[in-house]
Amino acid sequence: MDIRFRDAEPSEEERAAVDAVLGPPASGWEGGARSAADLRFAARSEPRRDLLLPALHAVNDRVGWISEGALDYVCRRLTVPPAEAYGVATFYSLFSLSPRPKRVLHVCTDLACQAKGGQRLRDQVEQRLGPPGGSWQESPCLGLCERAPAALALEAGRPPRAEVYAPADADEMARTPADAVAGAPSPDGGGPHLDVPGDAPAVAAVPQAGQDGLVLLRRAGRVDPGSLDDYRATGGYLALRRAFELGPAGVIREVLDSGLVGRGGAAFPTGRKWDATARQPDHPHYLVCNADESEPGTFKDRVLMENDPYALVEAMTVAAYATGCPKGYLYLRGEYPRAAARLRHAIATARARGLLGTDILGKGFSFDIELRLGAGAYLCGEETAIFNSIEGYRGEPRSKPPFPVEKGLFGKPTVVNNVETLVNVLPILERGAPVYAEAEPKLFCVSGAVERPGVYELTFGATLRELLELAGTTGTPRAVLLGGAAGAFVTDLDIPLTFEGTRNAGATLGSGVVLVLDDTVDLKRLILRIAAFFRDESCGQCVPCRVGTVRQEEALHRLSRRVSHEDLLLLREVGRTMRDASICGLGQTAWNAVESAIDRLGVYE
Amino acid sequence: MIPLQPPRRLIDVQIDGETVRVPEGATILDACRAAGKDVPTLCYGDTLTPKNACRVCVVEVEGARTLAPACSRKAEAGMKVGTGTERARHSRKVVLELLGSSVDLSTTPRAAEWTAEYGADPARFGADAATVAQPAKVDNDLYVRDYSKCILCYKCVDACGDQWQNTFAIAVAGRGFDATISTEFDAPLTDSACVYCGNCVEVCPTGALSFRTEFDMRAEGTWDESRQSETTTVCSYCGVGCNLTLHVQDNKIVKVTSPHDNPVTKGNLCVKGRFGYGYV
Ligand SMILES: Cc1cc2nc3c(=O)[nH]c(=O)nc-3n(C[C@H](O)[C@H](O)[C@H](O)COP(=O)(O)O)c2cc1C
Ligand code: SF4
Ligand code: SF4
Ligand code: SF4
Ligand code: FES
Repeated sequence: MDIRFRDAEPSEEERAAVDAVLGPPASGWEGGARSAADLRFAARSEPRRDLLLPALHAVNDRVGWISEGALDYVCRRLTVPPAEAYGVATFYSLFSLSPRPKRVLHVCTDLACQAKGGQRLRDQVEQRLGPPGGSWQESPCLGLCERAPAALALEAGRPPRAEVYAPADADEMARTPADAVAGAPSPDGGGPHLDVPGDAPAVAAVPQAGQDGLVLLRRAGRVDPGSLDDYRATGGYLALRRAFELGPAGVIREVLDSGLVGRGGAAFPTGRKWDATARQPDHPHYLVCNADESEPGTFKDRVLMENDPYALVEAMTVAAYATGCPKGYLYLRGEYPRAAARLRHAIATARARGLLGTDILGKGFSFDIELRLGAGAYLCGEETAIFNSIEGYRGEPRSKPPFPVEKGLFGKPTVVNNVETLVNVLPILERGAPVYAEAEPKLFCVSGAVERPGVYELTFGATLRELLELAGTTGTPRAVLLGGAAGAFVTDLDIPLTFEGTRNAGATLGSGVVLVLDDTVDLKRLILRIAAFFRDESCGQCVPCRVGTVRQEEALHRLSRRVSHEDLLLLREVGRTMRDASICGLGQTAWNAVESAIDRLGVYE
Repeated sequence: MIPLQPPRRLIDVQIDGETVRVPEGATILDACRAAGKDVPTLCYGDTLTPKNACRVCVVEVEGARTLAPACSRKAEAGMKVGTGTERARHSRKVVLELLGSSVDLSTTPRAAEWTAEYGADPARFGADAATVAQPAKVDNDLYVRDYSKCILCYKCVDACGDQWQNTFAIAVAGRGFDATISTEFDAPLTDSACVYCGNCVEVCPTGALSFRTEFDMRAEGTWDESRQSETTTVCSYCGVGCNLTLHVQDNKIVKVTSPHDNPVTKGNLCVKGRFGYGYV
């Protein structure tokens, strides 16, 4: 590779931030001090490109933005061409390539927040802090929908800090930046910081917390998520022991028999995925836990990870054992500071106690988990985009085939599973597939016009009406958005909440979103937000999605002013093309909710 | 010397009901061409791994949920492909409309022909439809980057990067509709890693990248392909012996390309072969 670097120098702080992740440079060729030995230097090429995203995070999180000097230094350290690193850095919305304040407030303007006064909040923030782009910016769904409207302050520094505002109050948020900057220096290092200022107790997100009979949420609010002993005292690591008894093939058989279907949106049978990966002759195999959760209205994975982090660590260990993976990546969205802290702690303590690392529980099985943070890109939840993101490329989806089970992360066979999917594996092993399948648990993220928003656990087969009775609707319900921005509006409350039931009703369970809209919500505005979301989050690779999402939004703007048949026809034609000809699920689903709003709710009649 | 390829198994594929036989590993596009079908392509490059980003080559594969990009999907034994079905034609039409309404396709070969053939009407999105219009980047004497003509096919990036030149001067930056081809921090080419091989110009399907001579002559209104002749010759600089095709108008070399079917260079040249013709 013939790479030319620029002459921009990093500041001391930027250099230190990068070195903290990559270690000190080995030679002058990597941007260190020049020595006589550098003159007789044979270039090595260890592929370390996968550290690009962590290195960019390090700079952005410490300084607040990424300068030319910092980018150049990262490139030297990792042997990445600067143009490519720039392309990667500009892909993620949490990174800035121009100077900005250390503390940036991210104000959610997405669906659940919009249904709860998000626009008013946005306007108030603008009045106090000026136009977006400096000390605050609009954000897609922050995954805090149960406490909408939500905002998150991210403050660069050492260590970086985060603060949650939900429900957000503009006065409070506008006051804090000055206080925070002037405030006492934050502790560096020290014990685990498992909490983020402003966060709420478990029960705020899990109205059923503490109830008997819960499966996936059984520990929420009952045990200390920072305590491995609590976890073990409540049945933790029984599933892994059971897995060791069954052997890898036995585990896969149980998962196949349980009928478990992926909870990340695509509803693919998990056992078949595991089986296909386990059989691949090419090694190593990789496990990727998809914790990117950026579908607007979705927060179940966050709630699981925050309240029961060891369950995910154990479930990943079981999955890795079954499919023959020595290494697992936990790809977590960058806007989940509390989940990150708790998972980091859980991984470290599990490792310290021999539950991760070499020779786990003395069974001769080795496995470890690396936590990777996303940086603000919904698309990175797409299973192949995750691979590119982890490998240090732009988070653009790859064309399939080949499928991940054959060629995934680093070109090797890879299992990608959603957080909720993985956590289901524990009760499958603890109880056995038949008992599990009798009452299969499913999580729903209920938000919008309800009395008790939050994550609910039901067994498959309950109806939407039953779920809404638990949550208690407020106002006059008009419609329910099922499955998130990529889902569909429904009005029939007797839909059974199963994969088939929703499919028969022309909807989808998707990621478990149940956003309830009452008649005070401005539907046209909500639909505009959906269109803007897809336009913003499109990677830009393929024409139907890159341009189609723009044309969809333009037509919806015109329609919200004046209904015209040409625009409705245009929407249908563009929508059909996005669905038929886009590379990935983002473009393929960008028309779903809009179409259902037109056909079922008659918004433009 | 071209090494003999190992023998490949042949498979049967149905294209619009007609069975064609192609070697295993061939793409649907290869099969379509074997069947004599004219499937439009823009981002497909004969010397590059297809990125299947433009989606004008989509075809309908029986049993598949979505349409398939012919240029990159491997043909499989027994596959039934429809190249001119209503669904495939509809997507091509809309894709041409989406492109035509956002990008200046005036120098894209065959764009006008396909627009007519598929009945595409880019104007239907209205006069306010967002476009990628921007001033051309004229920052060196050799070639010009006019990204208002760029369809983001990734070919130049692949040619500059790991597929041929290994220089990595340009990459895609930004996201979605704002994505562009860019050097780091959008620096001028003269500050970038570019070595002016012009291989990116060679593969660009739209004229977004063009010789400075061509760009200037178009601006003056003197560019006239009907008055140009092409002569293929051997580069006289070094011993490699690359083939050059000189494009001559009014006794002046106006640009240099290179034959893609040359087994050694596959259309690639270096700065001297591509731009060093001043002495001729
Ligand atoms: C644009 C897009 C975004 C996605 N985001 C997520 C996500 O955040 N989390 C997730 O688990 N799956 C997401 N998916 C689905 C994944 O591609 C994949 O199907 C899933 O992670 C597989 O896990 P499962 O089989 O356990 O459901 C997304 C898909 C698309 C197309
Ligand atoms: S559908 Fe959209 S997000 Fe997916 S690859 Fe195409 S442009 Fe990118
Ligand atoms: S001229 Fe050569 S080096 Fe420059 S951008 Fe094009 S391909 Fe890369
Ligand atoms: S400049 Fe040309 S080759 Fe490069 S992406 Fe644009 S259209 Fe393709
Ligand atoms: S946090 Fe605002 S919509 Fe989800």
